[in-house]
Amino acid sequence: MNPAELAERLRGRFADVVVARDEVTAVIERDALLDELAWCRDEPGVELGFLSSLSATHWPDAEPAFWIDYELRSITRMHRLRIKVGLAAEDPHVPSVTGMFPTANWHERETFDFFGIVFDGHPELTRILLPDDWVGHPLRKDEPLGGVPTWFHGATVPPIDERGMA
Amino acid sequence: MSSDASDLAAARDGLADLTAAFRDPATGELRQETMIINMGPQHPSTHGVLRLLLELDGETVITCKPVIGYLHTGIEKNTEYRTWVQGVTYVTRADYLSPFFNELGYCLGVERLLGIEAPPRAQVIRVLVCELNRVASHLVWLATAGLELGAVSVMLYGFREREIILDLFEAITGLRMNHAYIRPGGVVMDLPEEGPEKLRDLLRVLPGRIDDYETLLDDNPIWRERNEGVGVLTAEQALALGVTGPILRAAGVAADLRKDIPYAGYETYDFEVPVRAEADSYARYRVRIEEMRQSLRIVEQAFARLDDTPGPVMIGDPKVGWPPTLSIGPDGIGNDPAYLRHIMEESMEALIHHFKAVTQGVAVPPGEVYSAVESPRGELGFHIVSTGEHRPYRVKIRDPSFVNVQALPAMIEGYLVADSIAANASLDPVMGGVDR
Repeated sequence: MNPAELAERLRGRFADVVVARDEVTAVIERDALLDELAWCRDEPGVELGFLSSLSATHWPDAEPAFWIDYELRSITRMHRLRIKVGLAAEDPHVPSVTGMFPTANWHERETFDFFGIVFDGHPELTRILLPDDWVGHPLRKDEPLGGVPTWFHGATVPPIDERGMA
Repeated sequence: MSSDASDLAAARDGLADLTAAFRDPATGELRQETMIINMGPQHPSTHGVLRLLLELDGETVITCKPVIGYLHTGIEKNTEYRTWVQGVTYVTRADYLSPFFNELGYCLGVERLLGIEAPPRAQVIRVLVCELNRVASHLVWLATAGLELGAVSVMLYGFREREIILDLFEAITGLRMNHAYIRPGGVVMDLPEEGPEKLRDLLRVLPGRIDDYETLLDDNPIWRERNEGVGVLTAEQALALGVTGPILRAAGVAADLRKDIPYAGYETYDFEVPVRAEADSYARYRVRIEEMRQSLRIVEQAFARLDDTPGPVMIGDPKVGWPPTLSIGPDGIGNDPAYLRHIMEESMEALIHHFKAVTQGVAVPPGEVYSAVESPRGELGFHIVSTGEHRPYRVKIRDPSFVNVQALPAMIEGYLVADSIAANASLDPVMGGVDR
C-alpha cells in the first residue's frame, strides 16, 4: 500500500494520522498502545507484524517531554508506519510491547538505558549498553556534556567549552 | 515392590554408593549439576567483544545470555553535537564492516528531510560501492566463520579477496574503511581515473573465486557436519525477534528492502533474492554465497551504466555540497590544493562561503524520517529528527547486528557448546554496530 492509501485506511481507526515525506505517522494515547499495535498487526491489509525499531526523543522544555516511536514494517504489504506516544516528564512510563514483539526487549532496554523511560511489564528492564552502575541517562537533552565526575581518582572532566583553557 | 527389585536393592546395599557426591542430601535425588561459564568478551570466536553467559549441562547449552556494550562509543549522542555532514563520519564507524551502508542510510534520511535527491550518477556510484561493500562484508564473514570452524585456508582466501575490494575502495575514497564518501546530496567525488580499470580486474577475478569457495566447502564433510541442522531459527522466530537479512532469507522469507521498499534506484537493477528453506547455519552460508554473486551482477550493471550517466556526483546547491572541491591525498580525502589556493589567495567571498559551509553546514528543515537500507546483515535503519537547526536533534541507528544478536539464545540453547560457535558465526554480528 502506498502511504496515502495506508493513511486513509488508518484514519478510520486513529484520530491523528499524518503523512509527511512519504511516511505515515499515527499519534496515539499511551493507554491505547497495546490494543492499537495489536490491531495494526492483525488487521488484514494493514499487517504491520514486524517491529523494526523503537526509540525515544527528549524535549525537556515541551509537553510531552518524551516521544516514544515505534517503527512498524509490513513484510507482506511492503509499507511502514510510525506510531508515536507522548509521555510527561514526571511520568515516563509506557507499557512494554515485548509480549507482542519479542524484538522490543533490547530496544526497550536501550531506551531505558539512554532516556530513563520505564517500560511497565518488561521482563528484565536493566541497562544494556552502559555499565550497570552508570548514573543518569545520557541521551536526555539535559544531561551534562562533560563537567561530571569520572570514575578514577576523584578527577572531573571539564565542560566542553572549558577544555584546553587552563 | 516386586521381589526382583528388592533383591537388586539388597545386592546394592553391600556396595559403596559412588554417586553420593552428586546426590542432594535432603532428597537423595541426583543433583542436576550445571556450570555457568563466560564466553568472551575476549574470545577469538565471538566476533569482537561479545560476552555470552552460558549455563552448561556437560557439553549442552541450557541457557545463553548475551551481554553487550563493551564497544559503546556514543555515536548517536555525538551526532547531536556535530553538523549534518559531520554526522556521516560518525555513523560510518558504527558497523565497521559495512561503512557505505551506514553512510547511505543516513544520507538518504537527511536528503529526504531536505527534500532533495542525489544526481543520477551519484546514485549509480552509491549502488556500485554498496554492493562491492556487501561482497567485502560477506567475505569477512566467510573468512571468520571458516576460521572458527577450523577451515583456515578459507580464512586466507576470504581476506585475500576482500583485499582486492579494499584496494578499490582506497583508490575511490582514499581509505579502506570509515570512508565518509557518501554525503547528503551525492558522493564527495567522482571515481578516480584508475577506477574502471581496477573494477574490471576485480570483476574478472571475483566470480571464479566465489566458485572456488563453493568447491571447497559445499560438500566438505566437516563443513556440512558442523553447519547442517545447527543454530536453527525458524521464520516465525526470526520475524518475532526482528531478525532480518541473510538469516531471515535462509529461513524461507524473501524479505529484502532493495526489492520490498526500493531506494537509490534498486528497482531498475536486475537481480534475485536468494532464499533457502532449511533455516540452519548451512543455509545461511548458501544464501550469502549466492548474495555475493547477485551483488556482483548489480556491480556489473552499475558499471555499465557509468558511461551513459555523465554529470555531477553532488547536487548543485553549494550550501549542501560541502566541501566544494576535494581530491585524494595520501591520508584520505582532503581539500584540493587548487581549491585551497583559490580560497586562501584569490577570493575573499569564497573563503567566507567556505568558512560558513564548514563551521555551520546546512540547516535541515524540521521533521523526522526513518530511512532504511538493506545492509549485509539486514535492515539498517536511521530514525533522524531535525528541529530545523544545523545539526541533528536525534539520530537513532537501528543496527541489524544489535537486533540479530538478541536471537542468539534461540539459536544456541539446546545445542552443544561447539555448535554455539558455528551458530554465532552464521549470525555474522559486528559489535561496532551492536554497541554503537
